[in-house]
Amino acid sequence: MINNKFFGRKRAEPARPIPPGQYLEDGFPVLSAGPTQRVDKATWNFSIEIGDDTVGTWTWDELNALPQTDLHTDLHCVTKWSKQDTHWRGVTIDALLANAGIEAPVGFVMASSDGGYTTNVPSADVIDGKGLLVHTYDGEPLEAEHGGPVRLLIPHLYLWKSAKWIRSLKFIDKDEPGFWERYGYHMYGDPWREQRYTND
Amino acid sequence: MNSTATTDWQIATVTSIHVESPRVKLFTLELPVNTPFRAGQHFDVRLTAPDGYKAQRSYSVSSSPEPASNPTSIELAVELISDGEVSSYFHEAVELGDKIELRGPIGGHFTWSPIAAKPVVMIAGGSGIAPIMSMIRHRSNAAVIKISPMLLMFSARTEADILFSAELESIAVNDPDFNLIIALTRSEEVESDNRSFRQFRRIDRPTIKSALSTLATHPSRSYICGGSSFVEAMANYLLDLGIPNNSVRTERFGP
Repeated sequence: MINNKFFGRKRAEPARPIPPGQYLEDGFPVLSAGPTQRVDKATWNFSIEIGDDTVGTWTWDELNALPQTDLHTDLHCVTKWSKQDTHWRGVTIDALLANAGIEAPVGFVMASSDGGYTTNVPSADVIDGKGLLVHTYDGEPLEAEHGGPVRLLIPHLYLWKSAKWIRSLKFIDKDEPGFWERYGYHMYGDPWREQRYTND
Repeated sequence: MNSTATTDWQIATVTSIHVESPRVKLFTLELPVNTPFRAGQHFDVRLTAPDGYKAQRSYSVSSSPEPASNPTSIELAVELISDGEVSSYFHEAVELGDKIELRGPIGGHFTWSPIAAKPVVMIAGGSGIAPIMSMIRHRSNAAVIKISPMLLMFSARTEADILFSAELESIAVNDPDFNLIIALTRSEEVESDNRSFRQFRRIDRPTIKSALSTLATHPSRSYICGGSSFVEAMANYLLDLGIPNNSVRTERFGP
């Protein structure tokens, strides 16, 4: 449907294309379903579980002792903003799995955070460099509002999949909906296919 | 909770436009399909320019979900954002009878139903009142015997910026279980003729502490909606005052 009196804002072309339905944002909006979590690095830890078994646990210091990866990427939030050229530093899920001496099981992953947030993604979308635990944004410690001290980052999916205040990844055989997915958000969430809601 | 959202695009018709404040217009949109929603949910609006350029934004519904059997129209509160391509279209171009493409309802966490007797706290900043207004209207329409006491703290710049002021004051006057505090952040007390329910400073920790002390019990839920830094500050006050983290639900607008 055409809105005849609508012409859109005159704007510079983005450095790279942005996904359909998105607009370019210079700032870094904060969108969280509840209060910002107050996470103490001294007691924080992160675990990887396979089914009911914990196969690896890392403290803040142990995470920082693992090989670090720098990532330059674009972000796409389901609330319609995209932000290009963001710089992150952290540890790939591959590095965590290697450190635990295991390979990623085929299937799905449920990410869980302080505050009770959860989100689901296929296993294949957190390995091969696609998923990281990040602690540094633009050279600075990641702020709590943006998920610090440590958040998940899976930049090829809508940003609700990149759980803030991450505490665990649990590998599961069968896909299950996480927090937003239960409210009708897409189980996969590919911004390039505009998979915002369940039937998109 | 529903496992699916209504995500088919609909073409709605603008049936009413009301200038609610210098920066906010209310649009009533008639939907072609009966579209039940829950108080607090939002809709996605999609505009398409003649050259094919598209823009989407989300707007919270401010109208009540009743009657549940026939919710064929919704009210959206649209704040004019500087450089906002969608909000400026609504403010400057949309006329009665125009068609608007939208889909929804969307969201489900920032929703409320007046079923519990325990008190509920609402904190709104500016146009963040919109989804909360839907909840307040839902509560007023509720056909249940025991309705949750509700406390609303509403921050606005000046008297002219208070959305839904007459309706809110009327509820507050008539319903002893609805407590209203309107915090004017850029208005001197002497400038205002209307002092009922007003405080002439921002919502701060003492405001919230004193308001919470009027409730019989801790609120079962707290809902905060507004700009990002406003929501952040309010959520931190609530946590500092001992409100459990998992009882606080937030909706944040903008950077």
